[in-house]
Amino acid sequence: MIKEAVAGTLESGDILVQLSPAEGMTIELQSSVAAQFGRQIKELIAETLKGLDINDVYVKAVDKGALDCTIRARVTAAAVRSTGKDVWKD
Amino acid sequence: MRNSKLRSLEEAIRLSGLRNGMTISFHHHFRGGDKVVNMVVDKLAEMGFKDLHLAASSLSDVHTPLIEHIRNGVITKISTSGMRGDLADAVSHGLMAEPVIFRSHGGRGSAIASGELKIDVAFLGASSSDELGNACGFSRSENAKSICGSLGYALPDAQYAKHVVVITDDLVAYPNMPQSISASVVESVVVADSVGDSSKISAGAIRDSKNPRDILLAKQAAKVILASPYFKDGFSIQTGTGGASLAVVKYIRESMIEKGIKASFALGGITAHMVKLHEEGLIGHLIDVQSFDKVAAESIKNDPMHREVSAIEYASGMHTGSATHALDIVILSALEVDTQFNVNVLVGSDGVIRGAIGGHQDTAQDSALSIIVCPLLRGRIPCVVPKVTTLITPGSSVDVVVTEYGIAVNPARPELAEMLKEAGLNILDIKALAEKAKSIIGTPDPLPFGDKVVGIVMNRDGSVLDKIYNV
Repeated sequence: MIKEAVAGTLESGDILVQLSPAEGMTIELQSSVAAQFGRQIKELIAETLKGLDINDVYVKAVDKGALDCTIRARVTAAAVRSTGKDVWKD
Repeated sequence: MRNSKLRSLEEAIRLSGLRNGMTISFHHHFRGGDKVVNMVVDKLAEMGFKDLHLAASSLSDVHTPLIEHIRNGVITKISTSGMRGDLADAVSHGLMAEPVIFRSHGGRGSAIASGELKIDVAFLGASSSDELGNACGFSRSENAKSICGSLGYALPDAQYAKHVVVITDDLVAYPNMPQSISASVVESVVVADSVGDSSKISAGAIRDSKNPRDILLAKQAAKVILASPYFKDGFSIQTGTGGASLAVVKYIRESMIEKGIKASFALGGITAHMVKLHEEGLIGHLIDVQSFDKVAAESIKNDPMHREVSAIEYASGMHTGSATHALDIVILSALEVDTQFNVNVLVGSDGVIRGAIGGHQDTAQDSALSIIVCPLLRGRIPCVVPKVTTLITPGSSVDVVVTEYGIAVNPARPELAEMLKEAGLNILDIKALAEKAKSIIGTPDPLPFGDKVVGIVMNRDGSVLDKIYNV
């Protein structure tokens, strides 16, 4: 079971990622580049979380045009805060 | 005064003979602070007018109230150089039955002169006017309220409209001379509380961009200019606004002083930067169609070598004597550039209108060297792309594209590419720049355009360049 956690900012080029406990995975994305990249950003968030064995989670993400590397880093940081499991140490 | 033309706005409208279906025009020298468009259209709505064609030199965020007038059928057609904010958003989402016609500043001048764009009544905001209509974009009185400097975009309207109404917030004693708009073409003078919010007209003093990417782009663009054959005594230059292009002037200034090179003139939107170089003796004449800040607006009032020109004299493609024809170097920005060197400055990456053609088409085509300065990416938005969303300036008019990852030269200018390479600049194929952008951000999904045409982009010669579809 995960606990609520946040990572990122609302600065241009960043993404704010909020994780909450849920059943199954739901991703709610607001993005300044939604029309062109919304699908890809959601896929990347889902893929990153699954890679960290997190499958039951409600994700609220507010994106300000972040690049993939930033999105992956923010999602991972939120996941680490949420699970308490330091994936960088292992 | 026995023959005073002073009237209330309503009287002036009645006297003009305006009828439903006619064309009204405005200039945008007060930019984000404009109060004239909303004031006049509110009055026209109140008087029951319908089906009017609004032909403005440009529109901005402040014109959101037009949305209601469009819904109510007061305005059914718009011609402009650009559009921003909620109005642009609503238009992009299909607000209007008729597409908006977008023209460059020079193209609008040509269209007015040729009669393609016929203006029935021009409502022209002025910073000062006397009772007969001698009007200026500045004021010599102590009551000056809203100064905007050059009235260049209003002058074709003043010259060709069937009926001209001057609206001012500073009525001065006759004669308000030298004047921009001559009383001989003015039918009515209306005094309003305010024609513009000065704080939004003037950007104030010189501000240098602190953005390191802007500075890098500016330094690269300056190197292109210095290595080009056009950087010699008597050259001429125009810069667009925006951090990078403004800063270019700062970097070539040093080389001008070092090498004893002086510019014969600077053209276009005149900024405090240009005024400074002029006052230092580095630029002979300032040819000003639009004053971009308070410093420029003051300078045009006081300095005889700082000349106001109409949009026609500035950039008409139809008039072979317009100033762009004498222009050596122009530095312009872009929302997108594609691998054919085509430029988009009007429609955002989300498909929504958010910009203006301005003098882009005109200056890029006529100048000897046109340099587009733009970052490779803005956040996740690519600026060098396989194909522009909307075509505004054809690639045949563009010579050099400067990005922070390298510089691309139009293959039509191989001699220029050679010179820049010899100067040690990083010259890349523009396709390599587009590939680089794609490698960082991936391939964007296609925009969800509908099948309704919401905008038509005109080329400066009056032909249709592109269509903008709804989103």
